[in-house]
Amino acid sequence: MNSLKKILGVVWMILGPVIILFLFLQAADKIAHSAEGIARTNTTLQWSIIILIFIPICAGLVTFGYYAMKGEYEHLPESSSEL
Amino acid sequence: MRSTDKNVTQSITQVIAASSLGTLIEWYDFYIFGSLAVVIGQQLFPSDAGASALINTLAIFAAGFIVRPFGALVFGRLGDLIGRKYTFLLTLVLMGGSTFLIGLIPSYSSIGYAAPILVLILRLVQGLALGGEYGGAATYVAEHAPVGKRGFFTSWIQTTATLGLFLSLGVIVLTKNLLGADKFADWGWRIPFLVSILLVGVSIYIRMKMHESPVFTKLKAEGKVSANPLKESFQKKANFKMVLLALFGATMGQGVVWYTGQFYAQSFLENTCKLDFNESRYILLWAILFATPFFVIFGSWSDKVGRKWIMLTGMLLGVICYRPIYQYFIDATNVKEFQKTQLKTASQPEVERGLVKGKLDSLITTTVSKTLENGMTFKESHVVIIPEDVLAPMPEPQVVIKDVTLSGSGYIMIIFLVFFQVVLVTMVYGPIAAFLVELFPTQIRYTSMSLPYHIGNGVFGGLVPFIATLVASFPGSTPLSGLWYPIGIAALSFIIGAVYIDNRLDNNVMD
Repeated sequence: MNSLKKILGVVWMILGPVIILFLFLQAADKIAHSAEGIARTNTTLQWSIIILIFIPICAGLVTFGYYAMKGEYEHLPESSSEL
Repeated sequence: MRSTDKNVTQSITQVIAASSLGTLIEWYDFYIFGSLAVVIGQQLFPSDAGASALINTLAIFAAGFIVRPFGALVFGRLGDLIGRKYTFLLTLVLMGGSTFLIGLIPSYSSIGYAAPILVLILRLVQGLALGGEYGGAATYVAEHAPVGKRGFFTSWIQTTATLGLFLSLGVIVLTKNLLGADKFADWGWRIPFLVSILLVGVSIYIRMKMHESPVFTKLKAEGKVSANPLKESFQKKANFKMVLLALFGATMGQGVVWYTGQFYAQSFLENTCKLDFNESRYILLWAILFATPFFVIFGSWSDKVGRKWIMLTGMLLGVICYRPIYQYFIDATNVKEFQKTQLKTASQPEVERGLVKGKLDSLITTTVSKTLENGMTFKESHVVIIPEDVLAPMPEPQVVIKDVTLSGSGYIMIIFLVFFQVVLVTMVYGPIAAFLVELFPTQIRYTSMSLPYHIGNGVFGGLVPFIATLVASFPGSTPLSGLWYPIGIAALSFIIGAVYIDNRLDNNVMD
């Protein structure tokens, strides 16, 4: 199980940037295809918010993957003294 | 029962009642805006699209999922510094006050753009308050609960989100039926906002009489309160790695299952299946009513078998069952197909003539009410546009189906399937408060558990409608394509949870 945790850690590290790239591509596509005027401004606003929110979350996923790869989750704390 | 046990039980009952009532009202306050967004939009926003459309988008978007994690940080920090009781009193006052004030905002015709701007500000305060409330209530109850019953007691807090939705739908339907649609749209929509102040008043009174959490009081007496809960929660690697595990292995999946079962289901029935407005709401109300006890059942069960596998089973069942369930919704409401063999009666056509909005093209809508052999009813409109330019090509007439009502058996089956989805919500949500509380130490518990909870619930869950609609707009997509977002997130969370989370129950939350 510990090996699986480490291997999957690499997957999470890759997944973070992939999600952000996907969101950027989608944002560009949807903004380009929205009607000019207020609808486009609204779409741009929504996508900007989503990307801004997801950048730290994906950074968190990469960090999670890094910790997993390093074996940090092989043993979970059993009391607060371990935290 | 021994007298001491009885006293403990009574005291915990009061703790749960005080915490749950406040949290219930907070959710009620939060939901009525969403449920009344269209009416509010007509009253407080100008009819022409412009800056108000942006403000409206922000108001709905922002409080829904952007602001809640910030509320979790601000009030979580306060809760770990000054105590649970005063912090969740403050969140209650802020939430109740903002809701009451939204009910008092003059219409756009009276004060112009000040109206939508005030709405936006009050929505931001609501979002912040909600972000702070849950962690406080869950922590407060958990820190009072006896060993071995933490899941059972905290599950009462978990019922409040669903009951808040139930209460908001009930009050709105009741007010609308009592006043009539016109009066409700004119001023009656303010009533659900204004009455919340009474509920908040009662809740504040009850909460004022409660004592601080014994665990926090002890910590304070010993001078062990954290000086900087934010730093300890997120800069200390040992704790931060548990915050990440809570987010990706539990709350992320819980958030999408929660929103899919309670919101996407209703929206799908109404918008994709064209179910009648009241019918879709009644379905949700019945489903919630029957499913709510399961929060407590699963919360209590988690005290015996552990939290992990109950939550993960809820996610896995969602991954497996969502597509067949929604396919059934489509099949059961496919009146276009049914009428080929089951058409029983059709009313005289009603013809409406008008102009296409913003153009001089003529619009002719012919509507017929139909009944099928199986008892279903619906309205079918043929919409014809005649261009102003007589030489321009005539667009194809469009057939629009609306106001579908179900047959008796179809109605019961769909209630059952929505009920099943809400039961999945209770599986992922019932044990999660106890799970989060047990993951973090007292000193920084409020801060540490609030952030993953609100990112999972607010961001991942809150985005279900937006991303599902987006996915459904991809080339080659079907009405079921939107489900790939909750299915994908729940599957990811299931894998992470299954591999990395421990099923161990932590008996000691005093540390």
